[in-house]
Amino acid sequence: MNNLLEAHSISKKFGDFTALNNVSISVPKGSIFGLLGPNGAGKTTLIRVINQITMPDTGHVILDGEPLQPHHVQYIGYLPEERGLYKSMKVGEQALYLAQLKGLSKAEAKKRLEYWFERLEIGDWWNKKIQELSKGMAQKIQFVVTVLHEPKLLIFDEPFSGFDPINANLIKDEILRLKENGATVIFSTHRMESVEELCDHIALIHKSNKILDGRLTDIKRQYKTNTFEVGIKTADKIKLAETISQKFHASLTDFKSLNDDLKLNIKLSEKDSPNNLLSYLTTQGEVSHFVELIPSANDIFIQAVKNN
Amino acid sequence: MNHLPLIIKREYLTKVKNKSFIIMTILSPIIMIALIAVVAYLSQLNNNKTRTLSILDESGLVFDVFQDKEYTKYDILENISLDDAKEVVESAGTYGLLYIPKYDSISELTKHIKFYSKESPSLSILTGLESKLQAKLRDVKLEEQGIDIEKLNASKIRINISQESFIGEKTSKIDSYFKLGFGLAAGYLLFMFIIIYGNMIMRSIIEEKTSRIIEVIISSVKPIQLMLGKIIGTSLAGLTQFVIWLLIGGVLMTVISIVFGVDLMQQTPQQQMMEQSMANPEVAAEVQNAMHAFYNLPIGNLIIAFILFFIGGYLLYSSLYAAIGAAVDNETDTQQFMFPIIMPLVLAVYIGVFTVIEDPHGTVSTIFSFIPFTSPVVMLMRIPFGVPIWQQAVSFLLLVGTFMFTVWFAAKIYRVGILMYGKKPSYKELLKWIKY
Repeated sequence: MNNLLEAHSISKKFGDFTALNNVSISVPKGSIFGLLGPNGAGKTTLIRVINQITMPDTGHVILDGEPLQPHHVQYIGYLPEERGLYKSMKVGEQALYLAQLKGLSKAEAKKRLEYWFERLEIGDWWNKKIQELSKGMAQKIQFVVTVLHEPKLLIFDEPFSGFDPINANLIKDEILRLKENGATVIFSTHRMESVEELCDHIALIHKSNKILDGRLTDIKRQYKTNTFEVGIKTADKIKLAETISQKFHASLTDFKSLNDDLKLNIKLSEKDSPNNLLSYLTTQGEVSHFVELIPSANDIFIQAVKNN
Repeated sequence: MNHLPLIIKREYLTKVKNKSFIIMTILSPIIMIALIAVVAYLSQLNNNKTRTLSILDESGLVFDVFQDKEYTKYDILENISLDDAKEVVESAGTYGLLYIPKYDSISELTKHIKFYSKESPSLSILTGLESKLQAKLRDVKLEEQGIDIEKLNASKIRINISQESFIGEKTSKIDSYFKLGFGLAAGYLLFMFIIIYGNMIMRSIIEEKTSRIIEVIISSVKPIQLMLGKIIGTSLAGLTQFVIWLLIGGVLMTVISIVFGVDLMQQTPQQQMMEQSMANPEVAAEVQNAMHAFYNLPIGNLIIAFILFFIGGYLLYSSLYAAIGAAVDNETDTQQFMFPIIMPLVLAVYIGVFTVIEDPHGTVSTIFSFIPFTSPVVMLMRIPFGVPIWQQAVSFLLLVGTFMFTVWFAAKIYRVGILMYGKKPSYKELLKWIKY
């Protein structure tokens, strides 16, 4: 069993509105799976189906080889986008309560909370009330509560919203560490740079349908256009650009560089290889820059959404 | 996994540890008792004043009925004209002057008795004087007509029709008052409990929505468990509050009456009058009847029915309150949904007060004691008058059935509503939610 979670043909309607239309995803064990999509695409509904908060109209979910059942909630840790804590409850009490709801015994929960509070350096918050904490501080508590019961599957919906860069980084490192320790992570966000950094797999949901799914590297390969960014030292830029344009599909571009070189984007046709291009270029001048343009997750996201 | 006990515990503890809850719990009875004490003290001040009434009896027929009482003294004026008497009384500053002129005919005399005072006299004083004069003058008149008063008194009879049902249950008028009193108290208590603690449940659900913790919680527990936990936890907190109120109230009453010597049941002149009439054997019989009436109540049935209908009715309504809390975002939006909940409750109390008193087993009372939204109140009011067990059972089963339905209904609304933010739903949308 390679997939920790499989959702098969999930559909969900709210009245006349279709929130999910026949969406299937497979989340490999030990991966970080990015669930992407514009606002209102149906990501949160899918996450709620996996958390058994919403029942799908059709389709079913398999967790670790078993059809999803109520007791599975203890194997899932969920940090929703709309998250909060009881304002007038003390941090410690509250964390204990939430941990017990996930099936931990009180003593075990306390032990683990002490470990995590020390790890995140928030030990002296135990007796504070949530309303005395800042938003970022409360988010830390929520993160701890989400991962405390060591779930096999972690679901984070916009986990970095509300964190300053330092704490966002701290949380990111914790997520990577949890992955190393064997957890599988589903990660829903709009922030593409964190997708680049973290995700192995992605699925893109747009207007209730899944329009893209797979390993991030595979998808990038699929979306790349065989375009190379090159810089060549030359005395006469216009002449050289014309010369190159006769052999290759080139266009002027700009990128940050210390040299005042000719800067081009060159798109290779199928019969040309990068080596051909590079050896040709070396005959024309000193090559100072040669990089294949790999589409960013952001580009892929925008392109895929536009094409649909 | 059954998290119900855990949820109940949290709900209970957060409610009970809440500062405003603690303050309310402790202050309410203190304020109530203080109010009662102040009122009692003030009325005592008023009544403690000894009043002196001057009597000018020109007829010479009635002066002997005016015997000094603790707070009412009589000053019998003699050999003085009315005008002089008025002056004397006014300058002496006594309470007033009762003037009984002299006439040959008593019927004529009765029309001309007057009371002079600076301010209009209190009603209880006038009534007291009137009854004294009436009794005395009646005796005088009877004697005039040659009737032996002693024989007349001896020939007085009193009839008290004792009621008995065909199966031998004895009842009396005073029984009915007792039953009514019990019914009203039970119905009113339920009414108050539903309104106070139903609102509390509603607020705590809205709080979970506004603090956005709800989604975290229901990824661990089923919404219906959370809802039931909230209802039960809050009810237990409410029960705790009620019991504490009773205890504090009881203790305070005792302490105040001992320490301050303010007897809250202090006898006022009105009560003195009551007591006088109590001395009367007829009234004494009534008191005995009352005692009898109390023991006559179907106490076992009452207690069991009270517990069952109270719990059933309370849960029925509180699940609706929970649904409202889930449907809206903030308390101001609750108004439109509150009305249909309060209506049947108020209706039940009105039916209880007006119809059950008139005819506890009439068509209207009987029908409403079966309709689940009114049955807890109306049935509780009817039961003291003796309702066949099968009727109670049917009514209770209907109540339980409806309760299950409203919990199911509320859970549906709850499940969808707790995740809906931003807009105030219409009734139509609520119905749609049930299908989600």
